[in-house]
Amino acid sequence: MKATFYIARNPAVAARKFDGEMMIMSCRDSTLFTLDEIGTTIWESANGLVSLAEIVASNICTDFDVQYERALLDAEAFAEALAERGIVLISSDPIPYSDLIVGLPA
Amino acid sequence: MQEMSEKAFELGIPLSVHLDITYRCNERCVHCYLDHEDRGELTTAEIRNLLDQLASAGVFFLTLSGGEILLRKDFFEILEHARKLRFCVKLKSNGILIREPQAQRIRAFGVESIQVSIYSHRPQIHDSITKIQGSFERSVSAIRFLTARGIKVIIANVLMVQNKRDYAEVRKMAIELGVDCTLDPTVTPMMDGNRSVLDLNVDRLSLRQVFQDPFLVGAPEDIRSTPSKPNEAELDSLPCSAGHTACYVSPYGDVYPCVQFPLNCGNVRFQSFSDIWRNSPQLKEVRSIRLRDLPSCSKCVHGSACTRCPGLAYMEGDMRGPSLQDCEKSYAITGISSENLTSKPSHFPPLVQIQ
Repeated sequence: MKATFYIARNPAVAARKFDGEMMIMSCRDSTLFTLDEIGTTIWESANGLVSLAEIVASNICTDFDVQYERALLDAEAFAEALAERGIVLISSDPIPYSDLIVGLPA
Repeated sequence: MQEMSEKAFELGIPLSVHLDITYRCNERCVHCYLDHEDRGELTTAEIRNLLDQLASAGVFFLTLSGGEILLRKDFFEILEHARKLRFCVKLKSNGILIREPQAQRIRAFGVESIQVSIYSHRPQIHDSITKIQGSFERSVSAIRFLTARGIKVIIANVLMVQNKRDYAEVRKMAIELGVDCTLDPTVTPMMDGNRSVLDLNVDRLSLRQVFQDPFLVGAPEDIRSTPSKPNEAELDSLPCSAGHTACYVSPYGDVYPCVQFPLNCGNVRFQSFSDIWRNSPQLKEVRSIRLRDLPSCSKCVHGSACTRCPGLAYMEGDMRGPSLQDCEKSYAITGISSENLTSKPSHFPPLVQIQ
């Protein structure tokens, strides 16, 4: 299992929740992504100050009745995929709010 | 995107809103459909509040336009608030006030794209349309500043008598600048009903040449298929997204189905946006209309392929009627007259006076 990392919504993307699912558009290339219910829960919890492990334990396992270890592995792969596309920022340390202010280069 | 639109339609969500933040402009384009007076624009606080309401209502795509958006001193404050609410923001501007610092700020706020108006590759023609000497150079410079910052730029051109020979060169210029280009083939009436600007429209033959130009429209045989009257499924189709998943808000807070459909459905200064969107009698009427409800167009050979604008039809007197300008486009594409063109006498119908 990887060391815990922190995840934050990238302020450079556009996002809106439709019918329980997040629609996210990358401003990098205007690609549109849809997150399912679990992905939406991770996205909404990704404030940069709560670790992904904590998000999984507190939100995913309780809300979706899944085993922690498996859920964390999936969540890490999911977060890394989103980060590759510029949808989220990930770091081994908490990501302060000041780094997330719109108007600063992302 | 198609899936997103369908879901928004099913849920009754206004996916896209076009918000004009001012009608003031630093150009005086001969074809413009707006007057440029300030009759009491929404304040910064009112716009911020409106944006909050739009986000709550589910709006995703937000187009900020005018007039000229950068004439608002609070433009970047508005943009910042819009981006904090995570709208996908598209801008429309003439670019005259965009230099390096503005391009940098626009880039930093993560705008999806910006549309800049260019009417000709020839500066003197462009400037004669905008009525501002030097506007061509300023607008092209703006495009360079924006593209240098990696911002997606789209050149918007409008076909009219003055520039009818230049659209291909404008497209080439766009390619050289590394940007996309759109061409609106017709000038539309002013929002107050004044129809005099329609005299700027090119003649029928020139319009036909545009729609036969493979450089613009692709292989003619691909787009010029034999038209046919709409089938049963097509008769239940929507005219367009106006009022269904999209709407327009004026600088004075008036809500219309579309910028080109000036049917006043309510005002956000007096009513919440959600209340207008859900309960406006005018929007309900617009939403009730299907192709089968259009007496002329439902029988027309172009009925299923025509790009009929219900707003233009409304401005010609009947939102269930045909739009003469779209009849002309269909004729330009196919060489076949519409039901409207073949049945009507050749005069313009009386205008709806917009109060």
